[in-house]
Amino acid sequence: MDFDLSDEQRQLKDNLERLMAAEYGFDKRTAYAASPHGWSRELWATYAELGLLAVPFAEADGGIGGGPTETMIIMEQLGHAMALEPYLATVVLGGGFLRHGGSVEQKARLIPGIVSGETTLAFAQQEKQSRYDLADVATTARRDGNGWVIDGEKGVVIGGDAADHFIVTARTAGARRDHTGIGAFIVDAKSTGLSRRGYVTQDGQRAAQLTFAGVKVPASDVIGDSAGALPLIERVVDEGIAALCAEAIGVMTMMHATTLDYLKTRKQFGLTIGSFQAVQHRAADMFVALEQARSMAMFATMMADDSDARERARAISAAKVQIGRSGRQIGQEAVQLHGGIAMTMEYNVGHAFKRMTMIDRMFGDTDHHLARLAGLGGVIG
Amino acid sequence: MDLRFSPEEIAFRDEVRHFFATQIPAAIRNKTIEGRKFEKSDIVTAHKIMYARGWATPNWPKEWGGTGWTPIQQYIFMEELQQSGSPQPLQFNVQMCGPVLIQFASEAQKKRFLPRMASLDDWWCQGFSEPGAGSDLASLKTTAKRDGDTYVVNGQKTWTTLGQYADWIFCLVRTDLAAKKQEGISFLLIDMKTPGITVRPIQTIDGGREVNEVFFDDVRVPVENLVGQENKGWDYAKFLLGNERVGIARVGVSKERIRRIRQLAALERDGDRPIIENPRFAEKLAAVEVELKALEMTQLRVVAAERNRGTGKPDPASSVLKIKGSEIQQATTELLMDIMGPYSIPMADDDMDGSNELPIAPDYAGGIAPAYFNWRKISIYGGTNEIQRNIIAKAVLGL
Ligand SMILES: Cc1cc2nc3c(=O)[nH]c(=O)nc-3n(C[C@H](O)[C@H](O)[C@H](O)COP(=O)(O)OP(=O)(O)OC[C@H]3O[C@@H](n4cnc5c(N)ncnc54)[C@H](O)[C@@H]3O)c2cc1C
Repeated sequence: MDFDLSDEQRQLKDNLERLMAAEYGFDKRTAYAASPHGWSRELWATYAELGLLAVPFAEADGGIGGGPTETMIIMEQLGHAMALEPYLATVVLGGGFLRHGGSVEQKARLIPGIVSGETTLAFAQQEKQSRYDLADVATTARRDGNGWVIDGEKGVVIGGDAADHFIVTARTAGARRDHTGIGAFIVDAKSTGLSRRGYVTQDGQRAAQLTFAGVKVPASDVIGDSAGALPLIERVVDEGIAALCAEAIGVMTMMHATTLDYLKTRKQFGLTIGSFQAVQHRAADMFVALEQARSMAMFATMMADDSDARERARAISAAKVQIGRSGRQIGQEAVQLHGGIAMTMEYNVGHAFKRMTMIDRMFGDTDHHLARLAGLGGVIG
Repeated sequence: MDLRFSPEEIAFRDEVRHFFATQIPAAIRNKTIEGRKFEKSDIVTAHKIMYARGWATPNWPKEWGGTGWTPIQQYIFMEELQQSGSPQPLQFNVQMCGPVLIQFASEAQKKRFLPRMASLDDWWCQGFSEPGAGSDLASLKTTAKRDGDTYVVNGQKTWTTLGQYADWIFCLVRTDLAAKKQEGISFLLIDMKTPGITVRPIQTIDGGREVNEVFFDDVRVPVENLVGQENKGWDYAKFLLGNERVGIARVGVSKERIRRIRQLAALERDGDRPIIENPRFAEKLAAVEVELKALEMTQLRVVAAERNRGTGKPDPASSVLKIKGSEIQQATTELLMDIMGPYSIPMADDDMDGSNELPIAPDYAGGIAPAYFNWRKISIYGGTNEIQRNIIAKAVLGL
């Protein structure tokens, strides 16, 4: 057992830390968020140059062949900076579908664009009624000659407002919540019949609502089995959750560190507020929560590509529960221990608190994963 | 001991309930229920309707336009008001500044300020906190230097709620630089139109614009606007803060939220099942309800005890009300987040197509995350919950 990073991994972390420190100050982030796409195209190009967009892809596909640990390192740093670029949507989720389910032709067609930074992807799964159930798919894909026709509506497609391609889940057979009869499709954002409405999310990211009205998709854009994609979807989402957990660790680490700095400098009653024992204990509890969460994010990383889907699901749900709980505590406490200042848009902790809150609502909240984990018989074998 | 309301109290409650249901426009009350923000005009409209009925200042003595209600009646009134979704009569006028003037100001000041304060012809705001003086309010640095029959005020206030609408601000200012910090403070009333005052809005994390910084640059204030004695302002401030604290319990607000939670949890589904039928959710809701019932009984005990203590003097145990009341209000926002799940993620106002319709989610989802963010303030303002615990430890427990 070894929790240490390799030299290359440490270098990746250091490089990214330096880049983010230089390019993601509060004012710069505010400017990126206000730009047309809500994130920095320039930085995205820099990520491409540094190879970040190539990390998880196999060398044979033009990637670097990194594993979950590399993704964890990247996501944590992006989280720490509260980066707005669609890394999760494009590389982790979109890339995940290609890596685990894509044909040789699909990989050859899309991965080079992702790696070079030209193409961004988004995962179109959420529906009006589906909540956190990945099998609850009402959007339909109907056979049409050699290809398919998609009809339906998708919402809260994170990164969807600027994405060039969507990975869309659609029902090819069966009833709404059946586990079989679901397909995953690559859909060009410029397809006829596809309309998108972009919007800002509560944490200042971008998302989209997509309406599919008779959108034609060629057979070559089906990922894997057109009626059996759920295991693939679950696998990609589990990896996505592991990545989100790592991002959350970055967000929490930032909130905790910023709070500590504040406790050491802010004075009331002639003393730094960090000298009050009541406050010290709260900061200590935040630290405990952070370390527990960090451990579970590592556990999720370790299990993210486990071949046993059930074991993987147990680990991922356990991690998401821990992240949700720690994140809520650390976010609320960070705001509270700052007093009024963290209630404002002018201070990074408020933004981090919002990001953390939204992470808890992505791919299942704490209660959802608690129930899922209980249903799977817990996490201690 | 009889913990039930008397028949008279029940009749009074029904009268008040009927008043809010029929007199305050539903379009205003529904904003509370649907989680939308009040406009200035909503607050003014509701206040003036209550004023016309003689109910805008129930806590004031009769001679200044109060109702003469018992503490229990006042409690019933506030709880019914809050459950109806109506805005409260402006607290800065009614709960904060008014009682201070009634207790400590000169007759001339009362005659000048109280009538317009009661009718909301003047909108007041609270100028206490400063960048360096939050929990340690007495360390405030804004100065008022005597120059003939005026004070010259310099400094900065912050977190001034709804200061953008205010005609007047009641301020704590330092009038004696040499004295011990609590002893050099005065309570000064300042016309917001006076030259030298600048208001800068601060946007809160929910996107709202309810707080401001207020800058004072050689602002000349007539000496006649000093309340009570010079350098005695801290006593008046403590009196005011005690009243503010009690007002944050907001049992009626939380009751309204609980009903809303039930309503939305019945509408929103997880698969085939309404969320309210999810045992985990139902138990979480029940647990908050238990806390709220306990708070209600605790508040009634405090209110009933007021008979013996004399009105206007807050119980030191009012810190219990502030801590629990804020925690419960915050818990209701978390339950609403649980109900909306992923549909709380889109932001309602910032649609890039300029459409008002919320993407994918039902309309009522739009205000839910902002309310969760915004209500974190309740454990911060009015004396943070940590400061309330310090008060309990020292003043109640003698530690
Ligand atoms: C939305 C909002 C509206 C407001 N409206 C108004 C208004 O209209 N007018 C006005 O005058 N003010 C207003 N306030 C200000 C409010 O009263 C202050 O924010 C509050 O008193 C806390 O002060 P602070 O923000 O400076 O935090 P600080 O006092 O700096 O406190 C920071 C942290 O340290 C803790 N702490 C401080 N001292 C101690 C101690 N001795 N022991 C343990 N913990 C301690 C606090 O509890 C807090 O967690 C508002 C604030 C907010 C957020």
